[in-house]
Amino acid sequence: MADLKTTFLGIESPNPFWLASAPPTDKAYNVNRAFEAGWGGAVWKTLGEDGPPIVNVSGPRYSALHSNDRRVIGFNNIELITDRPLQTNLDEIRQVKKDWPDRALVVSVMLPMNESAWAKYLPMIEDTGADGLELNFGCPHGMSERGMGAAVGQVPEYIQMATEWAKASASIPVIVKLTPNVTSILPPARAAKDGGADAVSLINTINSIMRVDYDTLTMYPTTDGMGTHGGYCGEAVKPIALNMVAEIARTRETSSLPISGIGGVTDWRDAVDFLALGASNVQVCTAAMVYGFRIIDDLVDGLSTFLDNKGMTLDRLVGCAVPSVTDWQYLNLNYAEKAVINQDMCIQCGRCHAVCEDTSHQAITHTVDGKRRFEVIDDACVGCNLCVSICPVDGCITMRQTSASDAGKLNWTAHPNNPMRKTD
Amino acid sequence: MTTASQPNIRAHRLSKDEIEANFADLHPPLSRSEALIEAERCYFCYDAPCTTACPTGIDIPAFIQKIRSDNIRGSARTIFSENIMGGMCARVCPTEVLCEEACVRNTHEEKPVEIGLLQRYATDPVIDARTQLFARAPSSGKRVAVVGGGPAGMSCAHRLAVLGHDVVIFNRDEKPGGLNEYGIAAYKTVDDFAQIEIEYILGVGGIEVRHNCALGEDVQLPELLDDFDAVFLGIGLGQSNDLGIEGEDKRGVINAIDYIAELRQAADKSTLPIGKTVVVIGGGMTAIDIAVQSRHLGARQVHMVYRRGPEKMSASVFEQALAQTSGVTIHHRAPPTRILGEDHVTGVEFESDGDRFVLYADMVFKAIGQKMEGIGDLALENGRILVDAGHRTSLDRVWAGGDCVVGGDDLTVSAVQHGKLAAIDIDRHLGSANHG
Repeated sequence: MADLKTTFLGIESPNPFWLASAPPTDKAYNVNRAFEAGWGGAVWKTLGEDGPPIVNVSGPRYSALHSNDRRVIGFNNIELITDRPLQTNLDEIRQVKKDWPDRALVVSVMLPMNESAWAKYLPMIEDTGADGLELNFGCPHGMSERGMGAAVGQVPEYIQMATEWAKASASIPVIVKLTPNVTSILPPARAAKDGGADAVSLINTINSIMRVDYDTLTMYPTTDGMGTHGGYCGEAVKPIALNMVAEIARTRETSSLPISGIGGVTDWRDAVDFLALGASNVQVCTAAMVYGFRIIDDLVDGLSTFLDNKGMTLDRLVGCAVPSVTDWQYLNLNYAEKAVINQDMCIQCGRCHAVCEDTSHQAITHTVDGKRRFEVIDDACVGCNLCVSICPVDGCITMRQTSASDAGKLNWTAHPNNPMRKTD
Repeated sequence: MTTASQPNIRAHRLSKDEIEANFADLHPPLSRSEALIEAERCYFCYDAPCTTACPTGIDIPAFIQKIRSDNIRGSARTIFSENIMGGMCARVCPTEVLCEEACVRNTHEEKPVEIGLLQRYATDPVIDARTQLFARAPSSGKRVAVVGGGPAGMSCAHRLAVLGHDVVIFNRDEKPGGLNEYGIAAYKTVDDFAQIEIEYILGVGGIEVRHNCALGEDVQLPELLDDFDAVFLGIGLGQSNDLGIEGEDKRGVINAIDYIAELRQAADKSTLPIGKTVVVIGGGMTAIDIAVQSRHLGARQVHMVYRRGPEKMSASVFEQALAQTSGVTIHHRAPPTRILGEDHVTGVEFESDGDRFVLYADMVFKAIGQKMEGIGDLALENGRILVDAGHRTSLDRVWAGGDCVVGGDDLTVSAVQHGKLAAIDIDRHLGSANHG
């Protein structure tokens, strides 16, 4: 079995799977259970200032986007940061780290925008023996209305300022957790770097309303008839997270920042996605909240087996797909593919025809020689991959490169139709 | 040769509870979660093969899509707009040779979408709540006589009523429903569903039903043509075919359809007398139905004997397997040659590969089809009424459908389609402005 031992910012863990700062890491009881199950690390649920405890709603905090068989596709929450006394958390963190010295234990923290708060609380946290700090600049609900969480993460200047304060008050590594509720992830990432962050973690949750209640025609869920947006996560958000991770990993000014990847990791393949696109480890929350901690077995076993099959180490996997990510303008416009339908595998559902006919390029037959048969009409096919995407039979429709691809490479920057093309 | 002993025929072979369990719903309905998961399996095919395979052409992917989105009433409307007996067909259709055989999931994983059960899931609540999904068009002032209260007649009457015509159904039996009420195996349509469905169908309005009113006895075709603008004949088939062999008139040799009719009407099935050993002659659905129900009533040994090979059996593979798992022994390629016994049957002699063998029996059921009794001057072909694509007969203003016409195949779903097509054609001929 491939060795999954990971060192992230000098913090060691037996595998790259950490529980993200969230309800599963709220207290020692949960974190102990997670470590017993085999999780490599945990980011303790966000601590705030000492004082009157945080108050959560006593109505629904969570809701889900389901498939018809009730598989959770997306998930939403309006829970705030920890609602337990600061000292209780600090005592438990100290004990857990003592009991589990080989696991990574990072503490998430959210503080107001004044330096004294950071100077006061970060040493207290560091004193517990925690391995690192994660600055929560991402929480999109509740705390953001009080000028914290995503309210900080959406203003690069604040990110840099708070990161500088944190770095000034802590000697352990500082990870800045970024919000995806921005038009570009790069300015916040650059700000974190400029503020001295040792790494970034992303994404936090996305502003979301799940649906309406079809009986009451109010939003759903509500607390006493009123609702508010929550933070969206789970499998559905992974592509958004992967793009943001890859943006940071492939951009020169930010590419040196280590990344902890978060967003919809459910099985080991999701982890491969994040790692290959530039994350050095991954954090998981929703999958654990949907299935419980024992999913770690598949995550670890699946990733090890994958690396064994590839004959690869974990280090080599990290970032290996980043060079394949580029801007649209650099794609080779002379390259062409067309769809091919394997008639032996085709089950004759005809969905490829229906969607190509209705929404694409009218490039798939429904009848050939009077018989139901779905074939690609090469002259009409633009290689869009729609039929491949919607075919219910995996591998039945594939794309093949056509001879048109022999014409040499030509991208938009030099394309004759581009009035702004570069000329030599 | 056997001696003349007393036949072993009696009621109460099983307790009332055992019989009730034996005659419980063959395919219990899906729960909501089962239906949602099953609906998810539908690929929403283009020009869907299941729809093509459905004799009534129900847009199956469309009704399943509506189940998926929790639009049950819309789903039922999609079904009923092509097949007003979608509830019964969901129970009795041999889906394994119709829609479900055509399902592309067979190619993918050898397990079709459970279309029949999904159809029941969509239609049951609407029928239970008596929710009418179709409003009648303004009255056309035209009147149509429908002869026969079975699936063909009911389907025709409903469509005519929706199109604005007034309908009188002349029903031979005491209750409406035809074979749905008197013929289909009891475990396929439990809880008096045939009557509930008919009540629902009649709920559209504009349909009067006259019972105990048989064509040729209580009412004559010329009279109907005088009194009505058009006539639809959905009269089914009459008499059971004879074996045409020696000893057929002995006591204990019974037409399967007569016994099934009695069984369907019995309030307490444990009171029905059944032989200890039963021989069923035939290879169709009725043969299976009587064989299985004989077992369910407590017959110890049931033999079903068919004169040709299994590939010629009109009973589907599923039905054959149902018989076998119910404890029926199926014999192939054995035509009967003689009924044995003195006054009462004691056995049947069959021929097989040039030899003869005897199966002893306390009761013998004949299930080798029915024939139609001729009606006036109607042109027939192979003993059934000749109709055109619009189900018009050779007589002016007379249409026909169901088992009595050429192409009738003893299926409820086909009869429903005939009735529907005839109604559309009748409507066209009546010059209605309300074409459906």
